[in-house]
Amino acid sequence: MSRLYPTFKYTVIALWGSFVVGPFLWALTTSFKDANGVQGGATYIPWMQYKPTLLGWHNIFGGAGGIDVVQPFLNSAIITIAASAISLVLGSLAAYGLSRYRFKLGFIKNRDIIFFFVTQRIMPPVVLVIPFFYLLQQVNLLDTIPGLIIVTVALLLPIAVWVMVDFFNGIPREIDEMAMLDGCGPFEVFVRTILPNSLPGLTVALMFCAVFGWNDFFFAFRLTFTQIQTLPQAVVALNSSVPPWWTLSAAALFGLLPLILLAIRVERYLSRGSLPGAVR
Amino acid sequence: MTLHATDLRLAVDGVDHLKDVTATFQPGRLHTVIGRTLAGKTTLMRVLAGLQGVDSGSLTRDGADFLTTPVWQRDTAMVYQQFINYPHLNVFENVAFPLKRAGLSRDEVQRRAQESLARVGLAEFHERKPSQLSGGQQQRVALARALARGAGILLLDEPFVNLDYKLREQLREEFKGLFSGQGDAVVIYATTEPAEAMMLGDVVLVMHEGQIIQIGAPDEVFDRPATTTVARIINDPPMNIFAGRIESGQITVADLQATHVPVHLAGLPDGSYQFGLRATDVSLARSGIEGEVTFVEISGSETFVHVAVGEAPFVVQIEGIHDVALGELVAMKLRPERLFAFDQNGTLVRPAANEHAAREGH
Repeated sequence: MSRLYPTFKYTVIALWGSFVVGPFLWALTTSFKDANGVQGGATYIPWMQYKPTLLGWHNIFGGAGGIDVVQPFLNSAIITIAASAISLVLGSLAAYGLSRYRFKLGFIKNRDIIFFFVTQRIMPPVVLVIPFFYLLQQVNLLDTIPGLIIVTVALLLPIAVWVMVDFFNGIPREIDEMAMLDGCGPFEVFVRTILPNSLPGLTVALMFCAVFGWNDFFFAFRLTFTQIQTLPQAVVALNSSVPPWWTLSAAALFGLLPLILLAIRVERYLSRGSLPGAVR
Repeated sequence: MTLHATDLRLAVDGVDHLKDVTATFQPGRLHTVIGRTLAGKTTLMRVLAGLQGVDSGSLTRDGADFLTTPVWQRDTAMVYQQFINYPHLNVFENVAFPLKRAGLSRDEVQRRAQESLARVGLAEFHERKPSQLSGGQQQRVALARALARGAGILLLDEPFVNLDYKLREQLREEFKGLFSGQGDAVVIYATTEPAEAMMLGDVVLVMHEGQIIQIGAPDEVFDRPATTTVARIINDPPMNIFAGRIESGQITVADLQATHVPVHLAGLPDGSYQFGLRATDVSLARSGIEGEVTFVEISGSETFVHVAVGEAPFVVQIEGIHDVALGELVAMKLRPERLFAFDQNGTLVRPAANEHAAREGH
């Protein structure tokens, strides 16, 4: 057992690892190929199996025959950052309220309100997109960045509320009470004592918001026409009867970059076993 | 400032947490609230602090309504049973936090926080985070934060109960000194330990099932417990309470003749009573009331022997370690002059005689 277990463990990790890393490796090699390079099946070793070229990468930064991903990248970044920020601010305020105060409207109580938030994510996007379309049309925000930000907030807010309610519930109420006794009004309690102790929770919520916001294709696809294009749209737009695999791969990898950097930054919070354990 | 509570009442799910609580808390005095767990001590403190509302009753400070004053305007400091500090702030910042909120100048904040931390012996730990301190040190930080403000009302809810014995003794001794700097503050200290309540309190409030059942100076409560319940709560081990009869000059317990009626109980009409006797006032003897040993506790320097006499359980406290077998038949001698007489309802009829003289005579 003692000998076999590590072997078993690392075998499983290696298998799973290659399963996860495989597609990335594939995309990475493909992004350095050209039309000839992709003909002969899967090849991985540059110079030996195929001749590497920067064609794909050249194409996504304005090369002829490709597309410029810089503007879509910026659009995505603006939408994701703005929507995440708004969601975190509103979400943590809502979550704090739900965690600390009791609401009651007929049979509707805190648990129900939290459930309503969560069900926003259970609903298929297809159901939501039509009302969103009409709403944005009413206020003339179709095909604009502010319009997409609003829609993205609607998608991200439930996640932020959900994560933060859980986190705030883990912070002892005595902290709030003590802050009140020490002279803080309710809002000051939140800003001065609860938020500073919520960094791990906020980080996790931010990570979720960023991933969902950044990866959204469907709503951007349905709610924009000619003016605004987000990165996922730009990548998909590359599809044609003969897809330029190298350009697609480069664009996909380029689009992943910010999330990977973010994940590396916040990894220590994500891997921590019990988040609220930070508070005694 | 003087706090005055009148008929405070709070029931949660049909259970009384506070019931007809009426009390006056004077400035510059230390009030100890003693009661068993769940007696309503913490609830009372939370109501005084504004953290908990009541169903009815009034609370005034210097005559003005206090119930509607928000927590953050009550000028109240509280130390919890658990060690609660701000986890994101270091020790110094923790103590400085309420001072800054109070709008004191930067120099004043520095001076007071340093002074307060020095007073609790944490001068060297300014930079530490609370999580890097031991339990006792964390509670000292909480204490320093409460003391630094010089708040008008200082609430201490069993502050030392989660500390180890030695530390608890030490802090308890230091506490009187710490508190002496608080001037006109109303100080309220909740505890389950009789010794603590008696030692620290200028005024003792005895709580039971949400009610205050006696208020008085420590010696008054100790010498003249109003009811059998008070007598049990303020003695450790709880006072022995047993049914007995006075008949023609004799006191009988469980149909056994126990003793002649002592002088201080003379003149009580014949009939059934409840008698109270502290564990220290019963001893094992060659002859006397006989009973069976049901339980023996040895606590270092003392032995507590539980003896069943008919229905009545007795606890006998003897100095030193004694080897008493379970089930053994023993005889007990009561000290008749130390008998408290209560009526059938448990209300004090006559206290024991010469309590002080007898205690000092030891």
